[in-house]
Amino acid sequence: MDNLYRDFILEHYRAPHNHGALDPHDLAFADSNPTCGDEMSMTLVLDASKQRVADVAFDGRGCAISQASASIMTDELRGMTLDEVRDMDPRDVVANLGVPIGAARLKCALLGYKVLQGAVTGAISHWPDEADVLQKGPVS
Amino acid sequence: MVTAHVQPGVLDGAAFRADFPVFDRPHRTGRPLSFLDSAASSQKPRVVIDAVADAYAHHYANVHRGIYELSEDATHRFEAARDALARFIGAPSAREVVFVRNATEAINLVAYSWGRTNLHAGDLILATEMEHHANLVPWQQLAAATGARIEYVAITDDGHLDLDDLRARLARGPRLLAVTHVSNALGTINPIVEITRMAHEAGALVLLDAAQSVPHMPVDVAALDVDFAVLSGHKMFGPSGIGALWGRRDLLDAMPPFMTGGSMITRVTLDGADWNEVPWKFEAGTPAIAEAAGLAAAIDYLEGIGMAKVRAHERFLFDQAWAALSDMPGIRFLGPDDSDEHAGVISFMVDGVHPHDVATILDGEGVAVRAGHHCAQPVMLRYDLPATTRASFSVYNDLDDIVRLTDAIRVTQRTFGTA
Repeated sequence: MDNLYRDFILEHYRAPHNHGALDPHDLAFADSNPTCGDEMSMTLVLDASKQRVADVAFDGRGCAISQASASIMTDELRGMTLDEVRDMDPRDVVANLGVPIGAARLKCALLGYKVLQGAVTGAISHWPDEADVLQKGPVS
Repeated sequence: MVTAHVQPGVLDGAAFRADFPVFDRPHRTGRPLSFLDSAASSQKPRVVIDAVADAYAHHYANVHRGIYELSEDATHRFEAARDALARFIGAPSAREVVFVRNATEAINLVAYSWGRTNLHAGDLILATEMEHHANLVPWQQLAAATGARIEYVAITDDGHLDLDDLRARLARGPRLLAVTHVSNALGTINPIVEITRMAHEAGALVLLDAAQSVPHMPVDVAALDVDFAVLSGHKMFGPSGIGALWGRRDLLDAMPPFMTGGSMITRVTLDGADWNEVPWKFEAGTPAIAEAAGLAAAIDYLEGIGMAKVRAHERFLFDQAWAALSDMPGIRFLGPDDSDEHAGVISFMVDGVHPHDVATILDGEGVAVRAGHHCAQPVMLRYDLPATTRASFSVYNDLDDIVRLTDAIRVTQRTFGTA
C-alpha cells in the first residue's frame, strides 16, 4: 500500500495529539472536506499579546490521513505568531506527514491546514492549488 | 468465505474483461485490475471505443443541416442512436427521447422547463431522502425560484423508501414526485410500479432517475408508467457527454425550451423565434454526435448480452459478496439484505477505519472501489455516517473480484489492527 499507513501515521490516528476543544478560546473555526463530508473544528487560545498561539486543539472525525496531519501540524503551533501561522506553506504540512500523498488524498492531508487558516483569517480559506502543492512534492 | 462449489457465475466475467481494453492496462501493483466502481462510471468495451472513432473517421459531419451525403449519413446515424435508445428503454416513440449530456442535465431540463412553467408559490414537490444530489439540488433550486415547497420521503432503517410516509405526503397533493429507481448509495431497488400508481392516484407526475437501473436491469418506462425518466450513457458502457431524457410526448410538447440557440428553432427573426418540434426543441447547438454512435454501440453490446442476464449475473455477485462480507468481523452494511430489492451495489463500513483509508488500502491491492458520500449526503446523514465504502458490479466482474475484495479488507483490518 505504498507505505502510506506507516506506524507513525497510525499512532497519530489512534491517539491524536491536541484532540478535543478548548473552552474558553480566542479563535474557533470549522470546515469540511467536500469529497467525503468529514468535518473538523479547531479552537485556539492566544497569549496575552493576542498575537501568539498559546494552545490549540482540533476535533471531529475523519480518516487516518486527515487526523494524523492535524495531529502533527498542531504540535508545531504553540509559540508561533498569527502572522507565521498565516504564512505556513501547505507543502510543509504535507511533507511533515512523511508519507507519499497523491492528488486523491491531498484534501485529507490539508483539511487541518484549511481549518487552521480559517481560524486565523476569520474566513473560509480556499483549498491550496493542487498543482502547487504536489509539484515540489512531499517526501516519498 | 467464497467456496469452490458455488456456481462460477451467470456470465463469464473473464470473457467480458477481454472485451474491455482497460483490463490490459498494468496496475502499479503488478496485479490485474479488480474494478468495483461501475456505479460511478462503467468501463468501455472496445466496440464502443471503435464506434466513436469510426464516427469521426468515416461518418462525421454536423447533423440536421448539410445537404450532402456525409451530413445525411451522420444525421441518419444520430437518429438511429435515438431509435435504439427508445427501443432499449421501452419508450413508445423515439420522438420522446431527448439527448442531453447526462442524467443531471436531463433533470435540470425538466426542473427549468416543466417546473418553472407549471409550479407556483405554495405548490409541493416531493423527492426522497435517497436521491442523488442530481435529483435533489435542481428541485431545491426550483422551489427557491418559484416559492414551491419541497418535502422528502423518509428511508427506513433497513434502506427502503417508507411507503407509509410516501402515502402521507402524497395526500398533501404534490405536483411531482422525483424518485430514483436504484439508490447509488444504498443499492435499494425501489418498487416503482407501486410508487407510480400511488403518485398518479394522488395526481402527481413521476420523474424517475434511471441512471443506476438502465445499465443493470431490464427497464421499460412505459411498463413502469412514469412520466419522465433520465439516464447517463457513461454508466452503461457508453461515452461520457451523452445521456437522455425520456418524457411523455404530451408533456414534452407543452414544455418551453430549456436552452435556446441553433437547431431548436424553425424560424428566427430579429424579433423572435419559433420552436422546433420535440425532441429537437430541447437540443440547442451541435449535439454529441460521435458519442451518440458510441451509445448506440453500447446498447447493442448490452442487448447482445440481454439485460435479464446482466441483472442475474450482478445479483449473483451481490449475494456472494454479501455472504462473504457477512462472514467477516467488523463489517456493517447499508441497504436491504434481500437481493430481490438490492442491485449490484454494496455500501459498507469497516469498523474503526475511515472509508477513505479502506479505499486507499484496497487500491494498493489493485481493487478499485468508491469511498465517500456518493453524492447522496442526506443518505449519509440519515445513517449518521460521514461516508461509506462502495463496491459495485458489472458484467466484467466475477467471483475472483469478491475474493480480492475480501482479502483486501483483511489487509485493511490487519493494517489498522481492528480485527
